[in-house]
Amino acid sequence: MSQSADTLERVYFGLRYTRRVEERVAEIYPTDKIKSPVHLSIGQEAASVAVCDHLNADDIVSGTYRGHALYLAKGGSLKAMLAEMYGKSDGAAHGKGGSMHLVSREANVLGASAVVGTNTPVATGAALSLKMQGTDRVVASFCGDGATEEGAFTESLNFASLKKLPILYVVENNFYAIHEPLSKRWATDRLCERVETYGIKAHLIDDDDVLKMHEIAGAAIARIRAGGGPEFIEYHAYRMRQHVGPNEDFDQGYRNADEADKWLNGDQVDRVGALIDADARARMDADIEAQIEDAVAFAEASAPPALEELHRDVYAD
Amino acid sequence: MSTQTNPESGRVLRYVDAIREALGQEMAADPSVFVFGLDVDDHLGIQGSTKGLVDEFGADRVFTTPLSEDAMTGVALGAAMTGMRPVHVHIRMDFMMLAMNQLVNMAAKTHYMYGGAYKVPMVVRSMIGKSWGQGAQHSQGLHAMFAHVPGLKVVAPSNAYDVKGCLIQAIRDNNPVIFMEHRLLYGTEAYVPEASYALPFGHARVHGETDTGADVTVVGISNMVMECLRARELLAEEGVHAEVIDPVSIRPLDFATIKASALRTGKVIIVDNAWVDFGTSAEIAARIAEDDDLSGIKVRRMGYAPTTCPTTPWLEEHFYPNPATIATLAHGLARPGAATWTPDPARAKLAYQTQFRGPF
Repeated sequence: MSQSADTLERVYFGLRYTRRVEERVAEIYPTDKIKSPVHLSIGQEAASVAVCDHLNADDIVSGTYRGHALYLAKGGSLKAMLAEMYGKSDGAAHGKGGSMHLVSREANVLGASAVVGTNTPVATGAALSLKMQGTDRVVASFCGDGATEEGAFTESLNFASLKKLPILYVVENNFYAIHEPLSKRWATDRLCERVETYGIKAHLIDDDDVLKMHEIAGAAIARIRAGGGPEFIEYHAYRMRQHVGPNEDFDQGYRNADEADKWLNGDQVDRVGALIDADARARMDADIEAQIEDAVAFAEASAPPALEELHRDVYAD
Repeated sequence: MSTQTNPESGRVLRYVDAIREALGQEMAADPSVFVFGLDVDDHLGIQGSTKGLVDEFGADRVFTTPLSEDAMTGVALGAAMTGMRPVHVHIRMDFMMLAMNQLVNMAAKTHYMYGGAYKVPMVVRSMIGKSWGQGAQHSQGLHAMFAHVPGLKVVAPSNAYDVKGCLIQAIRDNNPVIFMEHRLLYGTEAYVPEASYALPFGHARVHGETDTGADVTVVGISNMVMECLRARELLAEEGVHAEVIDPVSIRPLDFATIKASALRTGKVIIVDNAWVDFGTSAEIAARIAEDDDLSGIKVRRMGYAPTTCPTTPWLEEHFYPNPATIATLAHGLARPGAATWTPDPARAKLAYQTQFRGPF
């Protein structure tokens, strides 16, 4: 890999930041202060971090209910995220969206859906806008392996390719839809081939190598920005925690810790951390902890929403 | 709101041409407006309602789509969230069932669920069919399904004047608007001003309002407004005066106008272009029942037979309310104790020759 020291530091920061935020969320969760189900990205943060490192502030991302990593990687406010999860008035959606619907107009996070696959066409529509508006902005649309089974996914690919839209589709394949493995859901695992039949350049990264992802995504986004039309990346990663909730679940029988070993041993946070200057790493680690504690304090101190908020924003003016 | 405009300023225009005119004027006025949907750019142009738009505004702003109603609705939503004003067209309302997830789970909730961060200025046009074998899947009026959901607006204009003003309003509205048209209204004519105008939602229209006291209030939805106006003519010949109310928009609903008429007449019939059970007529009836000022008001409802729409005309004619059945029910309500009256069938048929051109 050919990333510069600066890039490695940014990637490390992104990985470590997301990981530590979610670990902190998992610690807080049993206190019931977080009033929202949590679908943690732990183990699969790297896709968001690597892709967003190539995006400008005015580029757009769109994700899923497992969206903490994407929201943070795109520059969404940590304070607004935690306040949202606490159900407080200073939350990203004033407490009305929760963990599954993180959004940031400022950071161009187009939102996240809890109905699998449904944000993919919305992201595609945003790409249509950018093209119609004659900009060189791009969209990165994230979803999981389950979403690729939805009709809206292939409908979106077809349309994006037909219109040569400026969009990168990223599938984080973690091999499970809730608890159901690919082997019970996919007739074949040739997802990239399926995507290529729509005339879309597809890339498979069958380990969770964040630096490989960084390189491939960077080249793809440059081509997309230059008008080359949509591209697709299937990125393999492993969800280390429950589908929903703060804990590990290897005792539940649907998967086992042996399967997770190869992913745990190659954990990308540690790997990239070892590639950067130790002093820089220590400074970043301390900075991350301070930011997290700041944000937790902010969320705790934020007021619950006033009753008027219940009826606000049903319709826009 | 009975009369709002001077017919001198308008021309007689067909409903379909008023739609076309509204689209053209809004596209000319605002480059963020675009029109897409299966067949919007073909030689027929959705029965003429989008005809020529592609020549005027180009294939980037007027384009057909793959047969992907689900994703295309999401595309409209994503475009609306990021600075465009899409008008997504379905040639039949039934096809919108393929878009329910994006409309109900996504578009309706986007503004609220994201705490006001994004607005959704999108319009979903669709047409309801009737007769000549439209049948089970080309004839459904599904407005109640959409009107049930907070975040959506639902509009069903019944004349050319309203359809132009409401479509312009829908395009300018910053919320998802379900815009219902009826195939049998496409050829109807009304006075329509040439200049662009927007009609705010939530304003019902009253036909035949009188201070001297009408006998019965008849609320019609979509094409049933026309059937109610025909029934009104038949009733007038029997000396029964009906006020016909067209809510125009279903959500928001102008209940105040219905209530005012109900207070004048004491009797309300709601004639929906949809099934009766759990529908818009039930909503209006419930609001009457819940309003203490309206205690004692008699309410009756009419709509589709509680069946799937059959294609054969011998059965289909009994599927829909018609001027004769509406008039019969209204007469019975207005003249309790009088002998049952039904209009002469030949006369009822003639009612269809009448054109109601406004002024509106």
